[in-house]
Amino acid sequence: MQPIIELKDVTFGYGRQPILEQINLHLHPGQFAALVGPSGAGKTTLLKLMLQLLPPNHGQVWRRQTPPLRVAYVPQLETVDWNFPVTAEEVVLMGLTRHTTHWPWPRRAERKQARRLLAELGIGDLANRHIRDLSGGQQQRVFLARALIAQPECLVLDEPTTGVDMHSAETIFHLLADLNRQGMAILLTTHDLNMAAAHVPWIVCLNRCVIAQGPPEKVITEPILTQTYQAEMQVIRQDGLIFVHQKPHRHHYLEVVPKPVTGGWPGHDEED
Amino acid sequence: MDVLLTPFQFEFFRNGLAAAVLTGGLCGLIGVYIVLRGMSYIGHGLSHAVFGGAVVAFVMQLNFYMGAGVWGFLAALLINQTVRRTQINADAAIGVVTTASFAVGVALVSRYRRFTQSFDAALFGNILGVSAADVWVIGGVTAVVVLVVLFLYRQLLFTTFDAEVAQVYGVPVGWVETWFALILAATIIVSMQILGVTMIAAALVIPAISARLLTDSFHRMIALSTVLGVLTGLIGMYLSFYVDVSSGATIVLVQASVFCLAMLVGRGRRYRLVRAELA
Repeated sequence: MQPIIELKDVTFGYGRQPILEQINLHLHPGQFAALVGPSGAGKTTLLKLMLQLLPPNHGQVWRRQTPPLRVAYVPQLETVDWNFPVTAEEVVLMGLTRHTTHWPWPRRAERKQARRLLAELGIGDLANRHIRDLSGGQQQRVFLARALIAQPECLVLDEPTTGVDMHSAETIFHLLADLNRQGMAILLTTHDLNMAAAHVPWIVCLNRCVIAQGPPEKVITEPILTQTYQAEMQVIRQDGLIFVHQKPHRHHYLEVVPKPVTGGWPGHDEED
Repeated sequence: MDVLLTPFQFEFFRNGLAAAVLTGGLCGLIGVYIVLRGMSYIGHGLSHAVFGGAVVAFVMQLNFYMGAGVWGFLAALLINQTVRRTQINADAAIGVVTTASFAVGVALVSRYRRFTQSFDAALFGNILGVSAADVWVIGGVTAVVVLVVLFLYRQLLFTTFDAEVAQVYGVPVGWVETWFALILAATIIVSMQILGVTMIAAALVIPAISARLLTDSFHRMIALSTVLGVLTGLIGMYLSFYVDVSSGATIVLVQASVFCLAMLVGRGRRYRLVRAELA
């Protein structure tokens, strides 16, 4: 199968020190993959190289040209300007900017489409809310709706579950799995190894270079994760599920044990 | 009614009013993009930068608008590109590009000491000296800027919100930024003659931030800021006529009062929204 995005021997750095070295990766139509690795491993930079927002120092980034690949990108929430005056619906409509005419105002059909998508994502009643007034999970769904309205073949998400509660994160992963079943290629970065192991069929471990890639059961192992995170990691497998956590270290704490308070409040005499 | 009609007997007032209303609306419209891009001092900076272009035009015996226009456009483009391609923030880029440009003007003035042109009008504005021909020029520039903004409305919105992501979604960010630099330079040059370089920053920023305090929607902010620009130009001109104070300064003072009012209304609005949320 012909890939839709391919990186060949890609090296990139902002200064002398390379952030990414000798990266070889393919993304195929309909593939669902997660990039995992510690902070500073180069995950976001790799996404930007794949989106051709950054040119590699060495190597090649290839993207399907005929027909042109339709890509949508959901950036990290922390990069969003939350004081920008836009409502949820206005954000979603941005996804149609390329396909629309130069008529300045959104057409009725476009607004209907945006509202339908927001409703499908369970936030239909929040269309007129300012984006700052939404919870983390709702904000993430607004930006997901902006991506989906562009009808992409390939969806790229940068840490879609960061700053989102566990239930919302689970919902987002289920939604992405549904989209993938409909044929959409999905590439995301995440710090949530447990969620990635449970929902994503292809994991890429990254720390400046690709340490390993493959299905979770092959890649999420103690030696690979220890090499990726440069820390001792523990992998527990139970009932077909994979759980990961960093091996706990013994810490020495001050032995302060609060004693029950007897009598009145400090400074107050009980007889008063 | 007489209060409103009496000043119309004077041609200088008719021309000045038309110029103030047009530039007020124009600055209100463009100001939204400037404020949201975190480039509030671009008006102040570019109007200084344009001074360099005006002096170069004079030395090379070119048309003032041509020299100032090309210079302003290049300076705006340079600032945009510096911000996009480096780690430098907009305020620092504005500081470097515009002061260097202004310094070129000062250096040329000191080198060629035979200037016949007065730059006082450019520095302090001369709204009452606006001729009918000037009004037509301002009207033409306003029409072109409004058309460009309408034509690129959605592209400009996405690029202003997040230029990098807009690029992924297929928005031709480079072209949009170039057009924006062009209309920004045109706005500065026509407003410079009316308000003067010292007042432009206020005319660009105050209507936009006042509108921002009153709404959370981009579309409403654009409309409100433009209307506030027009209204403050109108009220400022009448006040300046009756109080006999400099027109540019009066317009800016009216805008500052509107901003104070918007702060109060905005706080009340926020308070009501929170109460409605809790109810």
